[in-house]
Amino acid sequence: MNSDVTDFASLAPAYPEVLMALGILVLLLLGVVINKERSALVSWLAVSLLAATGLLVMLQPADGVIFNGLFIADSFGRFMKVLVIGGAGLALILAMSNAEENGVHKYEYSVLALLATLGMMVMVSANDLMSLYVGLELQSLSLYVMAAIKRDDPRASEAGLKYFVLGALSSGLLLYGASLIYGFTGHTNLGEIVIAIANEGRSVGLIFGVVFLLAGVAFKISAVPFHMWTPDVYEGAPTPVTAFFAMAPKVAAMTLMIRLVMDTFAPITSDWQQIVIFLSIASMVLAAFAAIGQQSLKRLIAYSSIGHVGFALVGLSSGTQVGVEGVAIYMAIYVAMTVGLFACLLSFRTDTGYVETIDDLAGAAQTRPFVAAIMAILMFSLIGLPPLAGFFAKWHVFLAAIEANLYVLSVIGVLASAVSAFYYLRVVKVMFFDAPIKQFAAVPGELNIIMAASGFLVVTYYFTVGNPLASWAQTAAGSLF
Amino acid sequence: MTFENSILTLLTWLPVLGAAILLFTPKTALNAIRWIALATTIVVFVLSLALWQAFDASSAGFQFVVNMPWIGDSIGYRVGVDGISVLFVVLTALLMPAAVLASWDVEMRVKEYMIVFLVLETLMVGVFTTLDLAMFYVFFEGTLLPMFLIIGIWGGAQRIQAAYKFFFYTFVGSVLMLLAMMGMYWDAGTTDIVRLLGHDFPVGMQTWLWLAFFASLAVKMPMWPFHRWLPEAHVQAPTAGSVILAAILLKLGGYGFLRFSLPMFPDASAQFANFVFVLSVAAIILTSLVALVQTDIKKLIAYSSVAHMGFVTMGIFAGNALGIQGAMFQMISHGIVSGALFLCVGVIYDRMHTREISAYGGLVERMPQYAFAFMVFTMANVGLPGTSGFVGEFLTMIGVFQVNTWVAFGAAFGVIFSAGYALWLYRRVVFGALTKDSLKGILDLNLREKVVLYPLIVLTVVFGFYPAPILDTTAAAVDNLVAQYSAANGLDPAVAQAEARAPLEYVAPAEGAAQPADDHAAEPAAH
Repeated sequence: MNSDVTDFASLAPAYPEVLMALGILVLLLLGVVINKERSALVSWLAVSLLAATGLLVMLQPADGVIFNGLFIADSFGRFMKVLVIGGAGLALILAMSNAEENGVHKYEYSVLALLATLGMMVMVSANDLMSLYVGLELQSLSLYVMAAIKRDDPRASEAGLKYFVLGALSSGLLLYGASLIYGFTGHTNLGEIVIAIANEGRSVGLIFGVVFLLAGVAFKISAVPFHMWTPDVYEGAPTPVTAFFAMAPKVAAMTLMIRLVMDTFAPITSDWQQIVIFLSIASMVLAAFAAIGQQSLKRLIAYSSIGHVGFALVGLSSGTQVGVEGVAIYMAIYVAMTVGLFACLLSFRTDTGYVETIDDLAGAAQTRPFVAAIMAILMFSLIGLPPLAGFFAKWHVFLAAIEANLYVLSVIGVLASAVSAFYYLRVVKVMFFDAPIKQFAAVPGELNIIMAASGFLVVTYYFTVGNPLASWAQTAAGSLF
Repeated sequence: MTFENSILTLLTWLPVLGAAILLFTPKTALNAIRWIALATTIVVFVLSLALWQAFDASSAGFQFVVNMPWIGDSIGYRVGVDGISVLFVVLTALLMPAAVLASWDVEMRVKEYMIVFLVLETLMVGVFTTLDLAMFYVFFEGTLLPMFLIIGIWGGAQRIQAAYKFFFYTFVGSVLMLLAMMGMYWDAGTTDIVRLLGHDFPVGMQTWLWLAFFASLAVKMPMWPFHRWLPEAHVQAPTAGSVILAAILLKLGGYGFLRFSLPMFPDASAQFANFVFVLSVAAIILTSLVALVQTDIKKLIAYSSVAHMGFVTMGIFAGNALGIQGAMFQMISHGIVSGALFLCVGVIYDRMHTREISAYGGLVERMPQYAFAFMVFTMANVGLPGTSGFVGEFLTMIGVFQVNTWVAFGAAFGVIFSAGYALWLYRRVVFGALTKDSLKGILDLNLREKVVLYPLIVLTVVFGFYPAPILDTTAAAVDNLVAQYSAANGLDPAVAQAEARAPLEYVAPAEGAAQPADDHAAEPAAH
């Protein structure tokens, strides 16, 4: 087979990935040669590289399918890539303060994060089961190492190992599913699979393949019942690493899920819908109840992220363009809220280290009013209380579900959100209603900026980003149909 | 930018602007903070009076309308007021300065306190001015956030449980309404309330939509048996919180019934009218009895609020002009009277730091002016003719009498019981001998308290003798609503229309209503 990439210009749809890959190599070399004391330089260069790539994605849109159908660039992919790159860049900025204490001061951390991001960009643009797997594994292998980057900390090592074992299992599931699909349709290219399914109809083997494939992806977005690793890894990994896990990889895996079900499995919508609806209900309900008993802040956030994946899947369950639009908006708002949340978490530092439990935050509203106010705003937003951004996220996904007549799913979903309000409110209660017991260290400047930006966007969503985001998501979702 | 298209936007967002200024005020400058908050609320009040002045009461439609698309296809920026909503805007704007003044002595986290109250004002005005379904939900539900903080931070000893209860009762009910709103969007293709009012929802769908709205509005109202959060929230909230809660937040429920349930789901409303009547009468009788045995002044007034809201729901679902006019009047009147009663409780609570009825007695000897103010509001709460409380109760009872005599009969007990608990409360607190040592040094109303309470006394009495300013404002919109509702249910709109003007004469409806009442005697069976 002849390659369709004949000159540099024909690479245009993949320019951002090319730039990333070259940049990563340069940074890797630089990291090896420069003084260890100056690894912060690598972090800043990594953030700059991400910013440059992000700009390239946004300003040089080039649609097309290249590498003989392995790689697709469309406006849906671009939307998600911007989120992935943004999430990764912000997580790297979060990691800068107190990097030594968190064990993320080595230059390898930034390079691994960039490699993971490159993997995610390939996932977002994957148009073939092969490129899908390659991207996914590039991402996962980098993430396993990142989880265990604080080598001397037994909890981080445990988190890395757990993540690796369960991640390998999920990759196995995904590969098995992919092989079944290949066996029953005769293709690995997503575009050709959809034609084959449309022509030949569904078969039991194909459905088996779909279930395994989706199970593998569900593991990556940590949807129930494939969520077990999430609380442990979130808790064990250093907080900046957790922040990285909570944003970009979720977006990338969700994109993969959307592309697979909306594009490839469109002819068997009623089959995959059952799976997605189950994942959605299970995630929302389990997360809402399981989080209530948590004492550890990071475990709480882990369950919260599981719940939010459930809500995003509500939109996907509808199988409509409005639903995809809703998920895209949901993920964007989720990233904006999560980055602020982790900035708050990293701001609550005492002499002995970062706060671990919810009760450690007691009275924070009096000792650290700004951070506590932002955290409270984010908690209310995560509940989905208007007029904050979290409400509009839920509005868009449930709107799609109601359009598709998924009433039972919607009612269970909103009631789960009411239950989840209980544990979010507990954080607010501890911070605002209880008396202070701890003194917190000064907050680094970049965290203040991130918190202020996140809080501002969440509060003024209706006036500022609401409309541009909705119309951009509409264009993005439109490119899938 | 003309007065026409900017006044509502200004009214809604001005308080947030005040809050933003406060955000950059140093938190030790307590007086500056208080004055900025007061000035903001007073400017909003003046603007709301200008709005009422410019409002054309002869038109039933929406005025000062702005309508533009905003987020995606589903959410717009739409504002406008009609006869039903304009008065609530004025009521909100009237009580906010009172709330700020009543909070003058708050010492704890003053800056946050005032910011939260100003944000709450924006949300409350927003509920009444928005003409977008999604934005209605945003404002309606948004009020939970500041109120949760007000109860939880500045409340009494049991504040945390009260704040949680308040939050969850309201939140669970509201999320179902949210889904119903989405269903309405897909059926009608718009969230524009004006267009939704003209849309005929399928009858089967109406039942579900009505129930979902009921789940939210009945909790907010609150109707028996969904009222359990209210007494606790009232007791634990600081004075100004109780005032706003009783005077305005409860009215969101009634406003929702008038704006959505009745005009948009007329078939379902007629179908469930008897259900609402039963709950209303139960509220009126049972919560009045419960109020009788309370030992906490705030709790007693809270239960009396539930009973008075029973008259409102009863009047609304009577579905005729008298009932709805009465319900509207009752809501405005209750806003003034119950707000003032909570202010009165606040006055003695600030001095004695207890709300136990048994801790008081004989206050009239030391506090004659207070005794007078408290008496006027107690009488208005009882529904004494000559106070605003009478007009609303009377009109709703006439309205419902035409539809269902037994309901009116049951509701009449509420009037008797309310005299019982209110007057007994008054006797125990104000009259009797001043025997308690702790009360011997208690001081009468100070200037600030007089400034807050006296205007409310004037309003209570003026609207008691001359209710026309309120009834005239609402008449056209209510006529329109009744005509729509009757037409949808196959009633003769002409009959309903003919009565619409009657309540404008203060005494006339008593005689005038007897006649149509006979005509309607067989109506309930037909429903």
